[in-house]
Amino acid sequence: MLIGISLISFFIMHLAPGDITDNEASFDPKSSEESRAQLRKLYDLDKPVIVQYGLWLKRMVTLDFGKSFASHQKPVFWQTTDKDGNVTKGMIQQALPITLMINIIGLCITLLLAIPLGILAATHYQQWQDRSITLFNFIGFSIPGFWLSLLLMYWLGVVNNWLPISGLHSINYESLDTWAKIKDSVSHLIMPVIIPSVTGLAGITLFVKNGMLDVLGQDYITTARAKGLSEHKVVYQHALRNALLPLITIIGLSIPGLIGGSVIAETIFAIPGMGKLFYDAVLMRDFPVVMGILTIGSALTLVGNLVADVAYAWADPRVRRGVMRN
Amino acid sequence: MHNNLLSRILANPLAKAGFIIIAIVFALAMLAPWISPYDPNAINVKAILFAPSWQHWMGTDGLGRDVLSRMLHGGRISLLVGLVAVGISTAIGVVLGALAGYYRGWVDTVIMRIVDIMLSIPSFFLILAVIAFLTPSIINIMIVIGLTSWMGVTRLVRAEFMSLSQREFIQASKTLGAKDARLIFTHLLPNSLTPIIVSAVLGIASAVLMESGLSFLGLGVQAPESSWGNILTDGKEYIQFAWWLSVYPGMAILITVLGYNLLGEGLRDALDPRSDAQE
Repeated sequence: MLIGISLISFFIMHLAPGDITDNEASFDPKSSEESRAQLRKLYDLDKPVIVQYGLWLKRMVTLDFGKSFASHQKPVFWQTTDKDGNVTKGMIQQALPITLMINIIGLCITLLLAIPLGILAATHYQQWQDRSITLFNFIGFSIPGFWLSLLLMYWLGVVNNWLPISGLHSINYESLDTWAKIKDSVSHLIMPVIIPSVTGLAGITLFVKNGMLDVLGQDYITTARAKGLSEHKVVYQHALRNALLPLITIIGLSIPGLIGGSVIAETIFAIPGMGKLFYDAVLMRDFPVVMGILTIGSALTLVGNLVADVAYAWADPRVRRGVMRN
Repeated sequence: MHNNLLSRILANPLAKAGFIIIAIVFALAMLAPWISPYDPNAINVKAILFAPSWQHWMGTDGLGRDVLSRMLHGGRISLLVGLVAVGISTAIGVVLGALAGYYRGWVDTVIMRIVDIMLSIPSFFLILAVIAFLTPSIINIMIVIGLTSWMGVTRLVRAEFMSLSQREFIQASKTLGAKDARLIFTHLLPNSLTPIIVSAVLGIASAVLMESGLSFLGLGVQAPESSWGNILTDGKEYIQFAWWLSVYPGMAILITVLGYNLLGEGLRDALDPRSDAQE
C-alpha cells in the first residue's frame, strides 16, 4: 500500500516538464550549465528514473525525505543536527502539529453540533425540524469553504474588527504575558477552526440522521418501546449507541479530506501548517517537500483508518468477541 | 405512470428545483456573449473598484473590469470544466468498475488495490501536485480533476455489476450462450445506469467546487480568462475595500453547486424504481 503511494507521488513529480535545475537557475541568474550539472548530481537527477526511485525509497524507509530545494536546505521531515550541534527543525515537523490541532478541534466541534442535529432530524423525521436541517445540509454540501472563509474574514475581521484575519500570532506576540498570549492564539485560531467544522457538519449530520433512522426501525427498538421505556431512554440509550458506531469509520475516512481541505483554509488565513507548506512547495516546485507531504499525508490516512478499525472493534462487542474467538 | 424521463424528474420537487436552477445558470452562461453589458476583459482605469450601481450591477474589479460580465463569462468555464471533468472520471470509472465487477479474480484485485491507493492520498494534494507540475490551463484542470475522481464510480459500477450478475436474467442469458460483450453492454450496463447518472450529477457539483478552489489558489483558470474562482482571488486581495468582489462569485458557485446537488439527490429518488411505491 505504502509502496503504491510512494510510486504515485514519485512519478507525479517526474511528469513535470523540465527539471528542478531550471527552477534553481531561475532563482540565480548567474548559475551556469556547469553548476546545474553539479546540482543534478547532488540530487541524483543524472541517474535514470528507476534508480532515483530506488534511492528515494531507500531513504524513505528511514523517514529521511531529503532536504528542501527552495528554503535553504531545511530538512523536509524531521530535525537534523549538524556537526556543530545546531539543530535545524524539519519542515513537516513544524507544520504537522498545527494542522492536526486545527483539524482535531474542528472535528470535535463538528461532532458536538452534528450529533444533536442528526438526532433531532431523525426523531422529528419529515417534520419542520428535519426539513430545515435537510435544507441546511444541502447548503453545507454546496458552499465553497474558501468563500465562507472570505465572508467570515470580511464580517468578523474587516467590518467589525473582532478577530485578526491572518497568521497564528500577532506581531507583538513575544512581548505579551502568558494570559494575553493564550488569548491572542485563541483569537487567531477561531476562524481557521470554524471553517473545517462548518463544512464537515453537513456530511456528519446526514450520516447521524440516517444511522438513527435505520436503528429506530429495528426490532429491538420496538421491543424497548413495547417494554414501556420512555422515549428519551429508547432514543439516547438504545438507539444512539448503535447509530454512532459507524461514525467511527466515517471519521477515519474523512481524514484525507480534512488534510486536503487544509490547503485552502491555511492559505487564506496564512497559517503555517501542512496545507500552506504544501501549497508553497508546489509553487516553488520543491520536489522533496511535495513528495514528503504526499507520503506523510497518505500515511496519516492509513493510520487513521487503522485506528478507526481498532476503535470500532473496541466499541462494538460483536466485533470484539469475533476477534477474540479467532 | 410516468412516461418520459423529464416528466419523471419534474415530478420530484428536489429534482425540479435543481433542474430549474441548472437550466437558468446554463442559459445565462450560454448567452454570456450577448447579454454581458461590457467586454469581460476590457480594462477601464476610470472605473476601478466601483461599488455596484446601475452602470455596473456587480461593481468593477481592481482593473476596472465589469464584474457582472466577468461572472457571466466565467460561468461558461466553470460549467464546462465540471462537465468535461466528470465525463472523464465517469468514463474511467465505468470501464474499470465494469472490468473489476465482471471479470473479478486478479483483475478485480489489481483495480481495487489501485482504488484504495488513490483514495488514501489526500485528493486535493494530489490534484495540486499534478496541476502545479503541468502548466495550469483549462484543459489540464479538466483532465486532472477527471483523473483523480474516478474511484467512487469504479466502486459503484463494480458493486452494481456484482449484484446484477447474481440475478436470474443475467444467469439466463449466460446459459443461453451470450458473449461477454453482449452481457456487459445490453444487460449489465443499462441496468446500472441510474446510479451512474446520479453519481455523475453529484460529481459535477464537486468538480465545480474543486475548479473554483484551484482557480482561487491561482492554480486553475489563469487571468485574463475569468472564472468564479479567480474573481474570488481578487476578492481576497481587495477584501478591505470591495465586498462585491467576494460576495457575488461565491454566491454563483453556491447556487450552481446547490443546483447540481439537488438535481442529483432528486434524480436518485425519481429514477429509483423502488421509490415509486411511495408516491
